[in-house]
Amino acid sequence: MAGSQRTAERRTGRRTSPLRESIVGYAREHLRVLLFTLRRLVKNPGGSLLTAAAIGITLALPAGLHLVLQNVSLLSYSWESSVQASLFLRDTVSNAEGEALARELTRREGVANATYISREKALAEFRQLSGFGEALDVLQENPLPAVIVVRPHTDHGPQQIDQLVRELGDLPSVDQARLDTAWLERLYAILDIVQLAVQIIGGLLALAIIITVGNTIRLDIQSRREEIVVLKLIGATDAFIRRPFLYTGTCFGLLGGILAWLLVSLGLWTLSSPVEKLASLYQSNYQLSGFGFGPSLALLGGAMLLGWIGSWWTVARHLGEIEPR
Amino acid sequence: MSNIVEFHKVSKRYDGGREALAEISFALGQGELAFLTGHSGAGKSTLLKLIALIERPTRGQIIVNGKNLATIRRGQIPKLRQGLGIIFQNYALLNDRSVFDNVAMPLIFRGLPLDTVGRRVRGALDIVGLLHKERAMPLTLSGGEQQRVGIARAVVSRPQLLLADEPTANLDPDLAVDIMRLFGRLNEVGVSVLVASHAFELISRMKRRIIHLEEGRVVSSTPAETQ
Repeated sequence: MAGSQRTAERRTGRRTSPLRESIVGYAREHLRVLLFTLRRLVKNPGGSLLTAAAIGITLALPAGLHLVLQNVSLLSYSWESSVQASLFLRDTVSNAEGEALARELTRREGVANATYISREKALAEFRQLSGFGEALDVLQENPLPAVIVVRPHTDHGPQQIDQLVRELGDLPSVDQARLDTAWLERLYAILDIVQLAVQIIGGLLALAIIITVGNTIRLDIQSRREEIVVLKLIGATDAFIRRPFLYTGTCFGLLGGILAWLLVSLGLWTLSSPVEKLASLYQSNYQLSGFGFGPSLALLGGAMLLGWIGSWWTVARHLGEIEPR
Repeated sequence: MSNIVEFHKVSKRYDGGREALAEISFALGQGELAFLTGHSGAGKSTLLKLIALIERPTRGQIIVNGKNLATIRRGQIPKLRQGLGIIFQNYALLNDRSVFDNVAMPLIFRGLPLDTVGRRVRGALDIVGLLHKERAMPLTLSGGEQQRVGIARAVVSRPQLLLADEPTANLDPDLAVDIMRLFGRLNEVGVSVLVASHAFELISRMKRRIIHLEEGRVVSSTPAETQ
């Protein structure tokens, strides 16, 4: 060994450090196992694809549900941006004071804009919209208060908006502050429950993937029992024997992840046109949002990790049982 | 001459209650070639299994290459076996891999560079006369050729000790003589060899030390010069 290293050094004209040599050896071994694993998968395309399909379909369900949730959340943000609070001012507040207060509120943190509507303008709008014009003429005085319509910032959540409106309601000029967000809170509560359900389903399906991969690897280990015995007899370490199985599980995970991505993207593509049509009926240009680059990588990485865990778990349990006798 | 293998009052009783070896003591010197013989069930295979740590002794002490095997933990067994060359009666080849890949396997464990692997595999195949079959698959070879592939795999990592368990049992007499001569040639270059065989006539012709086992005991150990 030392002799061959010296020969190599003479040939290349430079010394190779032991650390570099061991890193290169390690990388070479992993490349060898990867190529060996891919060859085995290609040799048995039917079995490999069936396992990958099982993983892909199992993964597609939580991934698809997650995407649906993400789209509903995006939609709710746009609804949230239309949330507005009405500050009914005291009768003692003049138009100039009301306008000044609206300008002041616009500069306040958390407020996107604030519009002052005087008592006269409010009455005119009410007269026009309500159809009670003649009835209003009977009244001795204008019953409507002046209002400041406040639109909170879109990046504020329901709790922050609530807090803002409470603070505005405490202002001396404000008689009453009103915000109708109950329906939005109900929607958020439903989304929270659905998200939790998706996480639970995702966890259970991740377990199913680990078991699926584990079972496939267990069958692989059993079919290669004699080979494992021979390898142990001639001095292979457990790590060496384990490695191809870990690569196989990880490859199954990757293939399953790709399939899940394709299935969900296909579903999204199928739904996108009807959803856009529905949105246009509500004068909205809403579009379904797909997997971005990051989430796609997370899906593939997660699938590979599940494949690795499934194979590691199985190999750890079964490799010790196979010993030369 | 120092010893590469030492057995001190070693006994082995299997779970079923059968005593395969009973207080065996013997030594194999560095660079020595010796044969273990005896009837089926005499304890030959068990003795080899104890050296390769395929089995652990019930009592006694085994020293291999200066190491007390009792101190070797499970995780250290591969390292011990990498220092041995083991040859099996049934050849124990990986049938889905070529002759070259089979022989290369012990070098791949060690992460040797590919050019070194290639050089040493071809060297080992040359020793056993199978250089021209490096691309062949094991099942396309005759029994004698498969056994020679097994020997090439055992010697490719240049072990100090070669263990062979009934290496000629499945071979016809001419091939069996070839295989035994091969062990002689390997021994001439300094490899210690311990061969278990019940082919007494064949091993008598080799004029080497013969350790005779009967019912788990050494009944005679005939020095080479008296053959």
